[in-house]
Amino acid sequence: MAKQIEVAGLDAYYGSHKAIEGISMTIEPRSVTAFIGPSGCGKSTFLRTLNRMHEVIPGARVVGKVRLEEQDLYGADVDPVSVRRTIGMVFQRPNPFPTMSIFDNVAAGLRLNGRYSRSQLDGVVEESLKGANLWNEVKDRLNKPGAGLSGGQQQRLCIARAIAVRPQVLLMDEPCSALDPISTLAIEDLISQLKQDYTIVIVTHNMQQAARVSDKTAFFNLAAQGQPGKLVEMDETSKIFTNPAEKATEDYITGRFG
Amino acid sequence: MTVQTGIQPISAARRAKDRLVQVLVYLAFALAVIPLLSVLWLVVKNGLGRFDMEFLTHSMRNIGARDAGGGAYHAIIGTLEQVLLASLIAVPIGLLTAVYLVEYGEGGRLSRTISFFVDVMTGVPSVVSGLFVLAFWILVLGMPFSGFAGALALSILMMPVVVRSAEEMLRLVPRELREASYALGVPKWRTIVKVVLPTAFTGIVTGVMLAVARVAGETAPLLLTVFITDSINNDPFNGPQMGLPLYVFDQAGRPTDTAINRAWTGALTLILIVMLLNLVARLITWWRSPARRR
Ligand SMILES: Nc1ncnc2c1ncn2[C@@H]1O[C@H](COP(=O)(O)OP(=O)(O)OP(=O)(O)O)[C@@H](O)[C@H]1O
Ligand SMILES: [Mg+2]
Repeated sequence: MAKQIEVAGLDAYYGSHKAIEGISMTIEPRSVTAFIGPSGCGKSTFLRTLNRMHEVIPGARVVGKVRLEEQDLYGADVDPVSVRRTIGMVFQRPNPFPTMSIFDNVAAGLRLNGRYSRSQLDGVVEESLKGANLWNEVKDRLNKPGAGLSGGQQQRLCIARAIAVRPQVLLMDEPCSALDPISTLAIEDLISQLKQDYTIVIVTHNMQQAARVSDKTAFFNLAAQGQPGKLVEMDETSKIFTNPAEKATEDYITGRFG
Repeated sequence: MTVQTGIQPISAARRAKDRLVQVLVYLAFALAVIPLLSVLWLVVKNGLGRFDMEFLTHSMRNIGARDAGGGAYHAIIGTLEQVLLASLIAVPIGLLTAVYLVEYGEGGRLSRTISFFVDVMTGVPSVVSGLFVLAFWILVLGMPFSGFAGALALSILMMPVVVRSAEEMLRLVPRELREASYALGVPKWRTIVKVVLPTAFTGIVTGVMLAVARVAGETAPLLLTVFITDSINNDPFNGPQMGLPLYVFDQAGRPTDTAINRAWTGALTLILIVMLLNLVARLITWWRSPARRR
């Protein structure tokens, strides 16, 4: 189920502004990869190029290659819609569909993509909510609006929604930045469980979080304001946090800048 | 820069200013409400007398110039059919135009051109839309005067209102919702149908109701396209029909008190129909809203 991602020489633009440049890396299956780096260095941009979400912004484009197990995601005949079905995403701010109930939110990905019987949906919704550690809190009010949950619950609802379509990769952009420590812990536990089945990439500003949950860490930086962001180094998380190869990485991790 | 120390009470000057502005705001509100209330009062006072079963169920057929009695049944049927037909034409086209402008146009040349012409259409006087249908549909194509011709003229007036209001509502739908849907692997068109439109539904219905209310009272375009009749004509595609605004116009122009009273009652009926439609729209949006399930 989980698949490897290979990126080679990737640049991403917003109109004429080059936001990231020359990024190459390999993201291993069944593991958690963390992206860290100062604000504005292009972590979110890079993450969104991995499932072709970057190009939904008007004027945005990508140069370079992203391969999912030998398949070029930016190939001429590749349908971006099916790429996004394979590589799911959780956003920084929880964004449940306001017109839908909790149940409908989780079922949305399946429902909007094809026909499923009620019993099939029931099964998937329960399984996904359990997977996102939310089932016990909402099982008695599945037909209440998703927007009526707390922020942390909403974020877990969004995770349940993302895993309900059974993606092979899960991209998470600062999924805990709006959450309290308990919800954060719940989501970190969840990430550790999910990595049994998924390839997970997580952007975070929280060094402890990166150290706790990730197997590999990639550090991004930009040379100066207005310059494109670049990948400085990527290695085992333990190595990045104890003995990084680059001086900039060490400075960032120890809080000397950024 | 002076540094404020300590927490201070609200100064007398600020209190006075607050009072003054409050009074001005209430005054402005009262001024705005006076015409509305006086119109309502006048219409109800003068219209209630003839607001009876006969008025609602009879036409003006065989009612002589000085006779009492008679009703507006033919006009009510006409107005309902004409407004319904106009909505059936204008709402889909208007909604699709708004979807194009917001979701697909991306500020390109075509979308700017459309936007410009929608603005132009907003400014078209209602009589001109009637003249257009008269000249094109009736004189050039040789179609008969009919309720449908009136509906065409009304739909020209409705369309820009629907486009503008729907466009505004669609732009209010946050981009994050669209992205959430895309990220689930939902194609763009399904995202629009299943996520964007339902989210904007309440606002769109309100906009459509405003457009309906606007055209339900139009007289000039109907005069040129629907003509006037005293008999019931249930078929909006053939022959002259009546409409409530036309009825009011027609009756108010007659020299007897009984006719003038019928005109007042016609106006009252029109107001009630628009209010009823608004109520129905409110019910629909309430029934669809997630708050109901909370
Ligand atoms: N929608 C956009 N349009 C134009 N430029 C953008 C857009 N989004 C991001 N950028 C630019 O791209 C660069 C990278 O932004 P990005 O959001 O990827 O940074 P980030 O590393 O995720 O920052 P943060 O940690 O604050 O989330 C920034 O210079 C930003 O100004
Ligand atoms: Mg970001």
